[in-house]
Amino acid sequence: MNRAFVFCNDIDTDALAPGQYMGGGIEVLAQHCLEAVDPDFASSVKPGDVIVAGKNFGMGSSREQAAQALKHLGVAGIVARSFAGIFQRNAINLGLPVFVGGDQIGGIEAGDDVELDVRNSRLTTLSGTIELEPLPDFLIEMIADGGLVPHLEKRFARERMNRGEQQ
Amino acid sequence: MSRPTTLAEKIIARAAGRASVTPGEVVTTKVDLAMIHDSGGPRRVEPILKRLGVGLFDTKKVVLISDHYVPGDTEEGAAILALTRAWAQEKGVSFYDGEGICHVVLPERGHLKPGMLVVGGDSHSPTGGAFGAYMFGVGATEMAGVLATGEIWLKVPETIRIEWSGTLGPRLMAKDMILAMCGKLGMDGGRYQAIEYAGETVRVLEMQERMTMSNMAAELGAQAGLIAPDETTTRWLAEHGATDLPEAADWQSDEGATVAETHRFDASALEPQVAAPHSPANSAGISDYEPTGIDVAYIGACTGAKYVDLKAAADIIRGHTLAKGVELLVAPSSKRDQERAERDGIMKVLEDAGARVLPNACGICAGYGSARLGEDVTCISTTARNFKGRMGAKSSMVYLGSPYTVAASAITGRIADPREFGDAA
Repeated sequence: MNRAFVFCNDIDTDALAPGQYMGGGIEVLAQHCLEAVDPDFASSVKPGDVIVAGKNFGMGSSREQAAQALKHLGVAGIVARSFAGIFQRNAINLGLPVFVGGDQIGGIEAGDDVELDVRNSRLTTLSGTIELEPLPDFLIEMIADGGLVPHLEKRFARERMNRGEQQ
Repeated sequence: MSRPTTLAEKIIARAAGRASVTPGEVVTTKVDLAMIHDSGGPRRVEPILKRLGVGLFDTKKVVLISDHYVPGDTEEGAAILALTRAWAQEKGVSFYDGEGICHVVLPERGHLKPGMLVVGGDSHSPTGGAFGAYMFGVGATEMAGVLATGEIWLKVPETIRIEWSGTLGPRLMAKDMILAMCGKLGMDGGRYQAIEYAGETVRVLEMQERMTMSNMAAELGAQAGLIAPDETTTRWLAEHGATDLPEAADWQSDEGATVAETHRFDASALEPQVAAPHSPANSAGISDYEPTGIDVAYIGACTGAKYVDLKAAADIIRGHTLAKGVELLVAPSSKRDQERAERDGIMKVLEDAGARVLPNACGICAGYGSARLGEDVTCISTTARNFKGRMGAKSSMVYLGSPYTVAASAITGRIADPREFGDAA
């Protein structure tokens, strides 16, 4: 199992990707991810871990390094009471799964063992399985492709092939 | 007779090539215009376009504006600006370099029109809603997708109508209105739906004031912050070089259109608003605040340093000097607004009082530049966001207020009620 990292409401993208490190690479930025809220986060999070958060996760600036930093650190996905819209789109575009969960996710505590099942929009915890709000199929497909860019690569390849067949 | 629809639905239906759309359905729309800046723009999108092996969907529908790394006084910033300039030249897109902040420059140069669907590579893109355009922000990867395809997917939003009645008192501005909305509705009150600001108070606001309200639809968590166009809109746009303007009457919410929520505010009961650290949602009337000393007063950003904001600050500061120990920083939103403020003597008032004038760029509002706030600094700012550590050190404390309030605070050295200074406005 992987661990849950629990955050409060209104985590903003300045906290996820601080402006002063924006000019450097994602490796540098990721080391400062969420340090204003939890100085130990970047050094303790492991691949496969899941972020569990309150309302309006990812509010603020549209910088997608906010989602990219989490992906770089290996975060398997985010389950929150709600997301800020731009962040939610950015995360999906980068292939980082983001799900909205109901009251049940409020019972998850920092360090709890959890497992995120993206295909079936479920979060398994030691005390049971939590059903999350499913994403539309085309977005699940985009996440499975690895994000918008590989998704478009497939589309353009398909379009080129179709044009080729017609010629 | 077709079902009455909202302005947001009309724009999205037109862009999706549909007769009508229904809130909640996912549609793919054509993008009429894409705006990018130096931070999220060329340096981030070009590698993706290369990987996809495609060019821009339409060079005439892309506008590039440098504002984040201006003036390029670091090695890193200079390199990003150089890359941005080279890309602009190679692609042949409209490019405004060091002319000001994208959300202010875009309409100022006549690029926006009512009824357009516009995607911006920045979270304050809802500013375009002030012109009756459905404009919203996306990240760099999504922007690369837009530049490659000319399309974007949208979940058709519900409309949240926010209706203002009554007349604003002296020394009150749109900034006070939007802070009051943030205080009441919270930063997720907009639920990533479309807000439409309406009512007599909104109708009498000039364009740059409307821009302040639409700009901070971002802080309400909405996707877009629309104001239906009227004569004020079309006249302003025509004066700023927009051509082939549509009839304002064609881009209105129909009477009886379904809205998800209606919120009502009374402007005549409003007092100047201040948002305490570290959220715009911590907004309250100024009379709720204990005397709070400040070190820095910041007039800047797309939200709070347009001509109308500079003028408001000068109206308070004229004949005064800065309080001892207070630094006043002014970063006019655009070069044109600064030049106009220079012609009108507004910049002189600010400079004579001791203001330090910074470049026409996002600057410390976005956490960039050398003027970032130091440890334990208390600042009152005309900007949109006071998140912990955004404008500088994590220990700095940022309060948000209108240009009137920030100016009054600069000359008294504490968070001050601008109504203490004369009664004009």
